[in-house]
Amino acid sequence: MNRKNRYNFAFIDEDAKREIRRKILKAVAIPGYQVPFASRELPIARGWGTGGLQVTLALIGPTDCLKVIDQGCDDSVNAVNIKHFVQSVTNVKITTDTTKATLIQTRHRIPEEPMNENQILVLQVPIPEALRNVEPSERQTRRMHAEGDYTRLWLYLYEDIVKYGDVSIGARYPVLVNGRYIMDPSPIPRWDIPKLHMAETLFIFSAGREKRIYAIPPYTDVKPLEFEDYKFCVEDFKGKQCARCGSKGVFLDEIIDDETGKRIYVCSDTGYCHKVASKSKRKNAISQNYQYKTAGSAG
Amino acid sequence: MGYVAIKGGEKAIKNAGKLLTYERIKGKSKLIGVKQIEEQLYMAVDRVMSEGSLYAPHIAALALKQSAGDTFEASFMVRAYRATKSRICTSISISTQNMRIIRRISAAFKDIPGGQILGPTTDYTIRLLDFELLDDSERKRKVFLKNFLSQKSEKKVYFDSFPKVVDILRKEGLLEEPKRDLNHQNTIFDITRESLTFPAQRDAALQIMSRGETGGLLLLAYSSMRGYGDIHPTIGELRVGFIPLLVKHPYTHKEIFAGEVKVTEAEVLAQYTENENKPKFTLGYGLCFGHNEIKAISMAVLDRAMQSRSSPSYMPSNDQEFVLSHVDGIESMGFCIHYKLPHYVTFQSDLDRLRKTQKDRSSIKGKDDNE
Repeated sequence: MNRKNRYNFAFIDEDAKREIRRKILKAVAIPGYQVPFASRELPIARGWGTGGLQVTLALIGPTDCLKVIDQGCDDSVNAVNIKHFVQSVTNVKITTDTTKATLIQTRHRIPEEPMNENQILVLQVPIPEALRNVEPSERQTRRMHAEGDYTRLWLYLYEDIVKYGDVSIGARYPVLVNGRYIMDPSPIPRWDIPKLHMAETLFIFSAGREKRIYAIPPYTDVKPLEFEDYKFCVEDFKGKQCARCGSKGVFLDEIIDDETGKRIYVCSDTGYCHKVASKSKRKNAISQNYQYKTAGSAG
Repeated sequence: MGYVAIKGGEKAIKNAGKLLTYERIKGKSKLIGVKQIEEQLYMAVDRVMSEGSLYAPHIAALALKQSAGDTFEASFMVRAYRATKSRICTSISISTQNMRIIRRISAAFKDIPGGQILGPTTDYTIRLLDFELLDDSERKRKVFLKNFLSQKSEKKVYFDSFPKVVDILRKEGLLEEPKRDLNHQNTIFDITRESLTFPAQRDAALQIMSRGETGGLLLLAYSSMRGYGDIHPTIGELRVGFIPLLVKHPYTHKEIFAGEVKVTEAEVLAQYTENENKPKFTLGYGLCFGHNEIKAISMAVLDRAMQSRSSPSYMPSNDQEFVLSHVDGIESMGFCIHYKLPHYVTFQSDLDRLRKTQKDRSSIKGKDDNE
């Protein structure tokens, strides 16, 4: 008996899929609102992308083409692990090409290449509550969201500026979705935050351990929290480029070279890096869609 | 140049998996059979069934073999296996009075109806290592079994139903009856189908604890017992035994007996000092799969602590949200080990902020120095 065949298509049972799909619909209907869901246990540990994985498994069909990235990387151990698992229970096509995938599951990055209306990006979320830093109790944060009471988060940002001269939040920068809910965008870098605004694609966020699903539907207004005099700014990679493909204006990983001890930079998005490197089009490789103001021009 | 981050995950994963198997079987000893684990390491099996929330001794034993005895990993595998099973039906509520008891004690009364039954317990053993077990043998096993089973009084290992100790108190009106939640009269909350919201109903709270991690429950219960709590628990009754699993036949709707489940049940009494009218005892309740007294007692203590109306912030065991959000072993272990995943991107973001702040600071400082 084939052991794989003992499991349902896409592993979780159909009732669970239906529940997740319904919760996704609710999440899409109320952008940025955290919808509680039952969250089944998967053979991958809680905290390793089980939220994203449940959404992927609930959405995926036999004709889908899947891409999985972890910190932008297609070959990162956890991405490989998740890909293997999904493929073993669905037999779908796997790709590293952002433009070819119908479904992308990601941890902590949004791909550099823009996605379109026929694609869905599923983001793994460790802590879905944007207010958790200022309020540990779930009961309280749910009340704060209901009442739109975000004073304490604004105060937190203000105190940050007083203490450090600027907002010190690195990744996981809170955003206001559709003018209503403050939302945790998952620990994507600030670099990726502007990609959420008025995007063509559907973003689904899912936290397995915390049992929450939320979404940003296409063409939704998404604003990072900022003050008039202290503006939101993305990471500063001015004057730096990928040592491998030469790309500029992309999110870069800092690497200390084994031999020389020198600090070099490579693309965080490996699929994109491969594409650029193999085409060896070094100039104008970066999509004009993603030219952000960097830290230097802030304030 | 060494591009550590770019490639090579796939092969490494495969080899790591092989190494794991190698570590488990590289020795010269005989391979452990799953049946051996099920029968001889039954305490570990019970713990895994309880934390994995699936009553399946053979599956739990298999998980323990595969995880080389790691109860976290084993429970996790069992929990994941459970998630693939669709729900056929819900069992019919039963009273634990009908438990087929192998052990039953009360710390509240010396004489209880039916008597105290010690059963299989380590409580009064002197914890000295038995070096005889170093060379255990089939012969010794046979001799022991023969002698043991020929003892007349020991023949009846199981006992039929017993009255419950707390019912004595209940009859006297000394026990506070829990208020029924009018909104949820007939439905039982199911934590595996609905996400928990706070304040949680008691049935949901008990479910969370019943599959909680033994150590986690013990830690919080101990904090309450030791001083960070206002509960002074007495064990009204502790039972270990088998309860019948009854289900309704999907077509004939008749009650059918589907098997027995071994459980540990603890009922803890503590005085309500806050009651407006008459002071009464309130019951803390604990029940879990298998034989696991520490877990059942801890659960009962926490159940009682969470009913306490005063919840000062320094008593985490009284705070329902605090307790229920942190006692699940599968969730806590998963999040704990996830920190081993790469965090390059988030760390890069933090680095960027730190460098910027340092730069700003030093420029301010430079200005100050010039003045």
